Amino acid sequence: MTPDRIRSEVSAWLDANWRVDRPLIEWRNILLEGGWAAPHWPEEWYGRGFTLDQTAVVAEVFRERDAVPAAQVGPRGLASETILACGSDDQKRRFLRPILTGEHTWCQLFSEPGSGSDLAGLSTRAELKDGKWIINGQKVWNTSAHHADFGLLVARSDWDVPKHQGISYFLLDMRQPGVEARPLRQMNGHQSFNEVFMTNAVVPPEDLIGGEGNGWHVAKTTLSFERRGFSRRVRGSSIDGAKQGPIYEEYEEELRIAAEPYTWYPQREGRVDLVLPRARETGTIADPATRQEIAKLICLYTGARLASDSAEASRKAGTTEIIPAGSIGKLAASVIARQASHVHTMISRADAMLSGPDSAADGIIAEVLVSVPAISIAGGTDEIQRNIISERVLGMPKGYRADQGPFRDIKRNA
Amino acid sequence: MQTEFSKEQNLLRDIVSRALRDKSPVTAVRESMATNRGYDPVVWQELCGDAGLAGVHLPEVHGGAGGGAAELGIVAEEMGRTLFCGPWFASAVMAGTALIEAADEEDRGALLPGVADGSTIATLVLDDLNDPAGVGGSISSAADGKLSGTAAMVLDAHVADLLLVVASGAGGLGLHAVESGASGLTIEPLQVVDSTRKLSRVALADVPGRCVGEVSGDALNRIWDRICSALAHEIIGGAQHLFETTVNYTKERFQFGRPIGSFQALKHRCADLLLEIEIARALTHHSARCLDAGAGEPWAASMAKAAAADACMSAARAGIQLRGGIGFTWENDTHLWFKRAKGSEVLFGTPAIHRERMMTMLEGAA
Ligand SMILES: Cc1cc2nc3c(=O)[nH]c(=O)nc-3n(C[C@H](O)[C@H](O)[C@H](O)COP(=O)(O)OP(=O)(O)OC[C@H]3O[C@@H](n4cnc5c(N)ncnc54)[C@H](O)[C@@H]3O)c2cc1C
Repeated sequence: MTPDRIRSEVSAWLDANWRVDRPLIEWRNILLEGGWAAPHWPEEWYGRGFTLDQTAVVAEVFRERDAVPAAQVGPRGLASETILACGSDDQKRRFLRPILTGEHTWCQLFSEPGSGSDLAGLSTRAELKDGKWIINGQKVWNTSAHHADFGLLVARSDWDVPKHQGISYFLLDMRQPGVEARPLRQMNGHQSFNEVFMTNAVVPPEDLIGGEGNGWHVAKTTLSFERRGFSRRVRGSSIDGAKQGPIYEEYEEELRIAAEPYTWYPQREGRVDLVLPRARETGTIADPATRQEIAKLICLYTGARLASDSAEASRKAGTTEIIPAGSIGKLAASVIARQASHVHTMISRADAMLSGPDSAADGIIAEVLVSVPAISIAGGTDEIQRNIISERVLGMPKGYRADQGPFRDIKRNA
Repeated sequence: MQTEFSKEQNLLRDIVSRALRDKSPVTAVRESMATNRGYDPVVWQELCGDAGLAGVHLPEVHGGAGGGAAELGIVAEEMGRTLFCGPWFASAVMAGTALIEAADEEDRGALLPGVADGSTIATLVLDDLNDPAGVGGSISSAADGKLSGTAAMVLDAHVADLLLVVASGAGGLGLHAVESGASGLTIEPLQVVDSTRKLSRVALADVPGRCVGEVSGDALNRIWDRICSALAHEIIGGAQHLFETTVNYTKERFQFGRPIGSFQALKHRCADLLLEIEIARALTHHSARCLDAGAGEPWAASMAKAAAADACMSAARAGIQLRGGIGFTWENDTHLWFKRAKGSEVLFGTPAIHRERMMTMLEGAA
């Protein structure tokens, strides 16, 4: 469908259906039935099989009309993409709708104190007892877990096979007595991530996804979506200004809670958008050394965007595997963020010592400087991305491995 | 604006790539670079006369194929990949572009067909190869049309039939056609780092020339941008060659009982290199699309030239380092691409000059 066709169809549909006096969930259900909640999803699951570009046109019309879109913020996207790709029809029926309506929020329970980069070395236990999965162990760095209804959980169900083969993937109900999330404070002062303790937590058998022992495959699906997300610009879903109507109040409240852990995420990407305005306002735009570094940043940023567009295009043509392309984009995002942080420092000079309301851009620049280190860790470190790129894209040989054979026998953290 | 290559463009790349692999293998490059002439006339005839590689971007009415900066870029990229040794860049890219952008219609009709089919070898004489702002500082034209001055470095002037000289005159810069045997013209070949690209000093003492057009400041910048975009393509082709052969080498060379490509220090260096090259390549292809569409960032060619030159030097340094001792020998081919990378890094503006140029344009646009 052409962009113009999409525009006119969405507009006509909004004319007939969009009203500010509907309750939020009721509106989202109408949106779902109309097929405009997630147009890039397949037709049998609320979607229209649109490309990402076509979907962007839909989002644009919604923004122009100040129409509230489907719920988007947070790790829910990882959940829906994973369930769409690997879930059973029953799981899709039960979980996809409340993700889109905003009734359920999600979190990702992957990392553990003993295994982060080496995700497949995880040691949270999953045991089948009386037809139910019983979970024991600890997760950490889990963003949004403190308010999540469900978690994407990977746990070990078999200790006697090589590590990648003994993992199962579960959709964990977080609202149960055996699950406790405790917020952790980060170096930038925010509390977005948590540690999560599971003590005899229960998962019914129908919430195992992808089959027993097949969890690594499902986890890779989640990770590939996550990495691609780093290289794509996060599209703002908030509605500008103080719009009048009951639905906006509900929506703002939803965003306030769901988006809170992410207020600093634009800062961890380096705030490239603030570089030129700040350089002009401070006069450092006239400094030759600063100009050189700004130009390098613009080249990186522009080139990475162009490269990811063409990777997106070739992915559509089915020629590139998802994971390596995502790794290149994620590594690019780190390089850009570091260069931006470097440039912001050059621009602010001694003022870079300050933070808070009296500092540059109302504290945003200070937050950039102390948030950028996260981007090269979260979602798989830079070093891990380089391993993936060199082995999977360039076909360089794997190094010596000390983690083969039954997982039980492998050396790991105490 | 286009974001991918069309079917026709991919086909063009295949044809050019096959022709160059066939006619200009590295053994032939080594033979040509060791001669004073610097190219093989038989191969020149085959590639330019028969295959039309010198006219890919020139108008059809003047014997070209009617392509744009994108098509020129495709040929340049493959030329860089195979390190073609000959006056293609000087004649087709530099002189061809100058004629299109600055010559009057009549002179284009007279001069372009020879350039397009390779029967004329032309070059562009600029007295500054760093910055367009400096062009015209050393060569001037008198009221009677005679040219005087010096260009410190001119590509392939020693084999050129036609020299297109940019000189300053009473009314600003002009483009002047000079025949190779003109009186008062001295062409002195220079010793160069990259012997696959020959340079000469060109001195003019009251040389008779014919003014074929005016070169406005805008036209000079357009010429500069088109040359830089094509050069960025050539550089990216070289970077790609260096990178691929280096990665392959790390898979074959064993130390400590394992391929050196299994060492993480080398893997990570290669992964970073891939990223740097991907970004530079995207900017390079984008620069040609901007020129063809007459849209996009006015500084796209400077972004491309700066990024491509830096990426190629990174690939060249890694190409030597990751090979160890063999990489530092004359016998191994890597140094040929290293030297081209070094030459291209500084030709038509170092990366730093392009970054400054881009910031100037960007501030102008703000
Ligand atoms: C802001 C933020 C949000 C996060 N959100 C979540 C979340 O929602 N859910 C979740 O599950 N996790 C989350 N994480 C965790 C994140 O995925 C891990 O921190 C990350 O994968 C690294 O693991 P680790 O912290 O155990 O470090 P380690 O794996 O111990 O790494 C330590 C260092 O060793 C290096 N290293 C490790 N292995 C190798 C190797 N093979 N080769 C070379 N170098 C290596 C690493 O690159 C790193 O520099 C989040 C992290 C951050 C910072």
